[in-house]
Parts: sequence; C-alpha cells; structure tokens
Amino acid sequence: MTTIATPRKSLSVKPLKLSQPFGASLAFLGLKGTMPLFHGSQGCTAFAKVLLVRHFREAIPLATTAMTEVSTILGGEDNIEQAILTLIEKNNPEIIGLLTTGLTETRGDDMKGILKVFRDRHPELASLPIIFVSTPDYKGAAEDGYAATVEQIVAYDYQPSTSSIASNHNIASVHTQPQITILAGSLLSPGDVREIKEIVKAFGFHPLVLPDLSESLDGHLRDEKYSGVSCGGTSLEDLTRLSDSIFTVAIGESMRSAAETLKTKFGIEYRLFPRLAGLEAVDQFIWQLAQLATQGSDPHFISHPRVPEKFDRSRRQLQDAILDTHFYFGRKKVCLALEPDLLYQTSWLLHEMGAIIQGAVTTTKSPILAELPLDNVTIGDLSDIEEMAVGADLLITNSHGKDIAKKLGIPLYRMGYPIFDRLGNGQKCAIGYRGTMQFLFDVGNIFLEREEEQIDP
Amino acid sequence: MKSKTKIAALLNEPGCDHNHKKDKDKNKSCKQQAKPGSAQGGCAFDGASITLVPITDAAHLVHGPIACGGNSWGSRGSLSSGPTLYKTGFTTDLSENDIIFGGEKKLYKAIARVIKEYKPAAVFVYSTCVTALIGDDIDAVCQAATNKFNKPVIPVHSAGFVGSKNLGNRLAGESLLEHVIGTAEPEYTTDYDINLIGEYNIAGEMWNVLPLFEKLGIRVLAKMTGDACYEEIATAHRAKLNVVICSKALINVARKMEERYGIPYIEESFYGIEDINKCLRDIAAKLGDENLQTKVEQLIAFETAKLDRILAPYRARLKNKRMVLYTGGVKSWSIISAAKDLGMDVVATSTRKSTEEDKARIKDLLGKDGIALEKGGATEILKVIEKTNADLLVAGGRNQYTALKARIPFLDINQERHHPYAGYSGLVEMAKEIDEALYSPIWEQVRSIAPWEKDLETREEIRTQKRLDSRSEEAIGQRY
Repeated sequence: MTTIATPRKSLSVKPLKLSQPFGASLAFLGLKGTMPLFHGSQGCTAFAKVLLVRHFREAIPLATTAMTEVSTILGGEDNIEQAILTLIEKNNPEIIGLLTTGLTETRGDDMKGILKVFRDRHPELASLPIIFVSTPDYKGAAEDGYAATVEQIVAYDYQPSTSSIASNHNIASVHTQPQITILAGSLLSPGDVREIKEIVKAFGFHPLVLPDLSESLDGHLRDEKYSGVSCGGTSLEDLTRLSDSIFTVAIGESMRSAAETLKTKFGIEYRLFPRLAGLEAVDQFIWQLAQLATQGSDPHFISHPRVPEKFDRSRRQLQDAILDTHFYFGRKKVCLALEPDLLYQTSWLLHEMGAIIQGAVTTTKSPILAELPLDNVTIGDLSDIEEMAVGADLLITNSHGKDIAKKLGIPLYRMGYPIFDRLGNGQKCAIGYRGTMQFLFDVGNIFLEREEEQIDP
Repeated sequence: MKSKTKIAALLNEPGCDHNHKKDKDKNKSCKQQAKPGSAQGGCAFDGASITLVPITDAAHLVHGPIACGGNSWGSRGSLSSGPTLYKTGFTTDLSENDIIFGGEKKLYKAIARVIKEYKPAAVFVYSTCVTALIGDDIDAVCQAATNKFNKPVIPVHSAGFVGSKNLGNRLAGESLLEHVIGTAEPEYTTDYDINLIGEYNIAGEMWNVLPLFEKLGIRVLAKMTGDACYEEIATAHRAKLNVVICSKALINVARKMEERYGIPYIEESFYGIEDINKCLRDIAAKLGDENLQTKVEQLIAFETAKLDRILAPYRARLKNKRMVLYTGGVKSWSIISAAKDLGMDVVATSTRKSTEEDKARIKDLLGKDGIALEKGGATEILKVIEKTNADLLVAGGRNQYTALKARIPFLDINQERHHPYAGYSGLVEMAKEIDEALYSPIWEQVRSIAPWEKDLETREEIRTQKRLDSRSEEAIGQRY
C-alpha cells in the first residue's frame, strides 16, 4: 500500500496542479453544441482557454460572466442572466455548462437560487439544459473538476423535446445494437476515446461515450468555417437516452461517483476499469465486452464469449512489442508527476515492464493513490519531482517539466496537461493493445537512444 | 483592496488619448466594462503579469488559488539574456482553510521561502480576486517582509475583477512608480540615456533594436520590462528621455515620470521602415544633439539601402497580396505601415481598442476602400475576409484557429509568437514568415475535396443537366 504525503506547504513552486474549472470545461467540451460558462472574472476563462488552445491547437469555445469588483459585492445573478442570454443570442448553444470559480465561491453566490430565479423568469428557455457544477479553484484539481462535471451531466434530468421524441422512433430502428455507456475519465485523450469506441463497436455494441472528446477535440477540418460552440461530442439526444444502456463501463477511478449515480438513477450495473493500458488491463476490458456480448445473445443457443479476430492479432503484436522493448525498460528509474488516474495507469504499465518508479508526485487526493506500485506518493508540485528525479532515467510530466529535465540531464516524456511543445495531442492514443504498444515504442526509443549515446558518445 | 479613487484615476489616465475627447460617450474604450457572455480578454492580473514577469531576476509570487498562478505560469514569450528565475512559477496556492482564516501568514512564509531558497533580486507579490475579497493586506505583509529580509518585496494590486488586461498593465506600472523607480542610482550616466517603456522582448524582439541604439551611442538605461534586471528599473529616473513603445498601456508611467523627474517622453513604434526611422529621428531630436542626428541619418540610409536589397525578392512575391489585420491599439496602424513596406494591401483592420488618434492614422493608411472593423469576434473576422477576398489574416494567437479552420493563411502578431518582427531585421523576418504562409504548398491540399465527393458532385451535375435537357425536350415536344 502506498503512503500518501501531503506536505503543508506555504509555497507552491513550479505548480503541477491545474484548477477544477479547467477540468470541468474540458469535460463540457465533450458534449456537442455546448458552451462552458465560467462564473468568475474574465481571467479565469482566458487562462483556461489559452491552455486548451495551445494544448489541442484548436479553437476552444469558453465564455465568462465577467465579474467585476462591483458585481462581486452585489452578487452575480445579473451577470449570469446577461451572460446566458447573450450566449443564446450569439452562439445558440444546445447545452450550457455553468461552473463556478474561486472568486464566486469565496463570495458565496447562491447558485441554485440564482438558477431557479432564472428559470422562473425565462420559461421560454425551459428546454435548454443548463448544467451547473461547483468547482472552486481553491479545492481539488483538474481531475476533480472533470469528475464533478461528468457526475452533474449524468445527474441532470433531460426533458426529451417533442422533436427528439419524434426522431427517437426513427433512430430506435437504426440503433438495434445494445447500448453501453462509457464514462471516459480525464486520463483519456481524444485519441484514446476513439480507440475505445472502435473496440466497443467491434463487439456489436453502440457506445454512448460521456464525455466524447474524440468528436470535438480530435483535430479535424469541417465544412463549416466556424463553430461558436463545441463542434461535436455526446449529443443532447444521447443524454436523453442514457437510461437505455445495458451496462456502464467507467474508465478511471475518478469516474466512480458518476457510475454510481447512473446505477442509482437507472439501475444500470457498472464495472470500473482504473486503467486501460498494459496487457492485463486491456485483457480484462476485452473479456468484459465479450461476456456482455454473450449475455445479449439468444439463451436457446449455447455460445461462448467470442472476441473478434483482430484483437487476438493486436494482443499478439503487443506481446511481441513487450518482448522487443523489455531490454530497454528493465530497471530503468522513472519519475512521474501526473494526475491520480493517469499516474496510476502509467506507473503500473512501467512497473509491469520492469522499470522502477523512483518517485511520483500528483495533484489531488484519490483512493487510487493507495494502490500505486511504489511506497510513497506526494501531493505536490514540480519542484518536488525535481528533488526526487536526481539520478533518474526518465521524467514523465507535462511541458513544464522541460526545464527540470534539462537541468537534471534526463529525457522528458510529455503526458498530462498542458503540452504545448509537441504536436498531435488530440490524436495520441496510449490505451488498448495498440495504444500500449505505441507507448512502449515511444518511450522505448527514448531509452534506446540514450543507451546508444552512452556507448558511442 | 486598491482604493476606488486610484482605479478611477488610472482609468482616466490623461496621457491616454482614449480620454482626450470632449465627447464623453466616445471615449469609453478604457473604461468599458467586460460584457458577460461575450467578453474574451484577460483580467487585470493577466495584464499585470504581462508587464512585470519579464523582469528576469525577480521572483513573481502569485497570492491566490491555483487558477491564477497554476494555469498561467510559463506561458509568456518574453525572453531573457541571462537570469531565468522569472520563468519559475511561485504561488501560495490558497486552500479553503486559508480563505476562512486569511492568507497573510501563509504569504509571509511563502515570501520568506522564496527569498531564502531562490535569492531573487526582488519579489513581486500579486494579489488576486480571492485575496482581495478576503481582505488580505498585502501591503502590510510586503512591508514587513521588506524590513525583515532587507530585500525589496513589492505589492502589485492586480485582483482580476478590477478590470481588463489593459488596466492591469497600468496597475503594474503604478507598482513600479511607487516602489521601484528612483530607489537606486546608476553607476554612471550619459547624455544619451533613454528608457524603453512597454517593450516586453517577446520572441527576442528587443534584440533586433538594441544594436541600433548601440551603434548610435544611445544607452538604454532601463528596459520596462523586456529582458530587464530589477536594478536597472530602480535607476530609471536618471534617464534623459522615455520612449514608450507600441502601447498606451504604460503611458501612466511615462507621464508620471515626467511629472516627478522632468523626463520627457515620446510614443514610438518599432514596426516597419517608416516607423523605426521616425523613432530614431525623434530620439535624436529630443536628445538635442546635431552630431547624433547626423549619425541617425547615416544609419537610416545604410539600413534602408540594405533592407531594400534583402526585401526585393519578397516584395515581388508579396506585392498586392491582401491582408486583414485584427489586433489592438497601436499595432492596428503600426503593422499597416510595415505591410505597406512589403507592398501588401491591408484591406481591413480592427479599431475596437484604438484611440481617436489611432483611428485617424488608420484612415490615412488604409485609404478609402479599407474597412475599419469596429466589432470583434471570429464570425466578423471571417465575414470580412470573405468580403474582401483576403489572402491572409494577421492577428493574435487566439484567432489562429479561426483562420486555420477556415483554411486561411495566418500570421501570429501577439504575445505568444516565436518570431521577432521589430526593427529593420524584424521586417525581413516578417516578410519571410508571410511569404511562407502564403506560398506554402499545403493550401491546395487542405482545401481539396475527396475524389468520391467530387464524383458525387459530377454525377449530381449530370443528373441535373439531364433533367433540364429532358424538360426542354418535353417543352419542344409539346410545342409541336
């Protein structure tokens, strides 16, 4: 069991943590036609926007209630109302994701009350979902904000509009396949989500992914020149059909509460996969899907769970890749500074390859931290990992780790947010058999290059 | 919290042309409040950081929750020729407990640790919305720390909610005026000492210009604040002239230094041949030295001749290419003159943040067909590009993907860019970058449609044609 150190420090140096609203806005961007709206000062939105734009190299829709000193003192209800009405007029969103910040949480705006008054005053907007989530900057980190948002998205009562009921009939005839809800945790990139969808579809299921970043932030050109709201993702229609799913697959420990909510609300069972990288973890996932597929088949015929042939092939490829790369991973000392779920996934994969986790730093509390493949983990900042990483062979963290890696003379493999000095962050896939294999090759190549440099300087 | 009157005074800064007009309704752009739902810019804290973080040997400590410091550190493009401490993010990372019990003690301890472990030349302490709201007295904490550690610890009253990025620039300027400028004496002075104000050495831009001053024997005493050391700013009051670059944002510093120390100031730009020539001539004229003026003329003659040679092939390729410019303030006209130097046509530019004086200049430079964009936003930009049939958008990084997603060539002109465009050599850099953007072989590819879509279109066309033909045959048949 891993001990979790939370040093009470008065100073954070080279922060690793991003704030809850950043994570919340990322989750909202996985819903189609959505505008995330920060209730705070304009800077709260601007900073999150710059991070997301630079990471994904995409236009990112984010809005602000633009609180001023005066409106902070008087209370934010006018700003919220004005912001929502302006967004409807200018951007016509299908969903508004309203989230708080440190400023308005400190002030103590009564959000539930404000929203109720807004609803009473604007009956004409009754069909527009406004999903509210409380995300004070001074608590938790991006992973918490993301998880809280997914929980609120599944907890919201969507009223099927008349048009969607009508189209429901049409779509019901199209969607003959049984539906599975996939709760995609913040450890997954858009490329990861795409891979998961492909896998689930291969078993004959219709995956309802929430949030679906693979449709909005995967980096693709569209016919229309401009979109003022998120250009793809889980649609409002999908959200009204959450109750149709036969099963929930939650990926990342932080998705547990949302999975529980779905269970309580609709009685849908779930299984949580704390990670999807590494041979055994992927095996479990594939086997679960195979079993679900069998459950759905006709009970009069005895059938064994079958796995599509292509997965058998990629599993064998991964095994071969593990063989080829293990020379370079064995006994390598690695330090990681990542959010809890991503830290868990990555450190276990490295551990299973024979690498040694020399040190780990993370951003926020999580039950998964107790189960890491090392003795101690620190909730801290990048200056902590700088101390731990002396003599290590590799550092894994976001782009801010660049100067530290340079100073220590060790290579940096970039993971987490933000990554602004590497291309293709929207497409990158590090899960499933194929993604695991790619990760092993990428990191293995770094080790290989270092070794050759040392032999032949 | 900063007193209301002080904020109001900064908003009404008399040095700023936004406030010169008699017609009260027309000069609201400084005082304009951000609109809920449509505001896109940064906050006062953002602005204060832009202005002060380039001071390379200082520690910049953000007193607030993680969003302010954690989400923003290490993202600015100001370069340093030496110290790198400014790149390290420091924050008190306030927790819920700190908010309930107050953050002053934590701040004091944080300052102590920064000074002990990182040995900065000074510490700038930025207040944020939350610490302003809970009433932390950062002035008192900074004073106590200054006394205890015998090191300048400077409060910056930059709570985000007091206003825009622009106001934040000015608040940072106030901190320099109150706590830094005039607190040290330079080793020596010359008659040719100037300060550069409002130049942040983005992408190393200042390094394109400093060699010119060196050649002329002009000494830059203090840079505010690109690639600056704390100490040089402390001695800024001994300069003979303040040169305010490309920005109204720090005009309060120049004006108050004139009041306090009798240092005159001029407002200049480093973009484009004409502007850089004018800048050098104005400096020489203000420093009042014929010898210097002669030297300036020689330098200008030499540099422009050299530039003409280098630019000739680019001018041939860029001639009459159409540019839409979307930026703020002074850049809205200074880039036009740079574009003209390259033979390009600026068909539209934004005037949202421009002063009346800026607007007049824009009108002059644009000619009668040019469009002045009063409104902002991605849709407006795309509309105007379509209307003017423009070849290129020149704007800040925020609009980069507005252009790219619409498959339009783009040049980044603001903070986060990686290429320096100032000075004579900067113009060559700009020409190269624009040339690359316009003539890249990628445009055809990203605009192409897939063969199967093309096939569908052709089939559709043939079908329509057939339908028309058969109809006309029918019509002919009916006639007979």
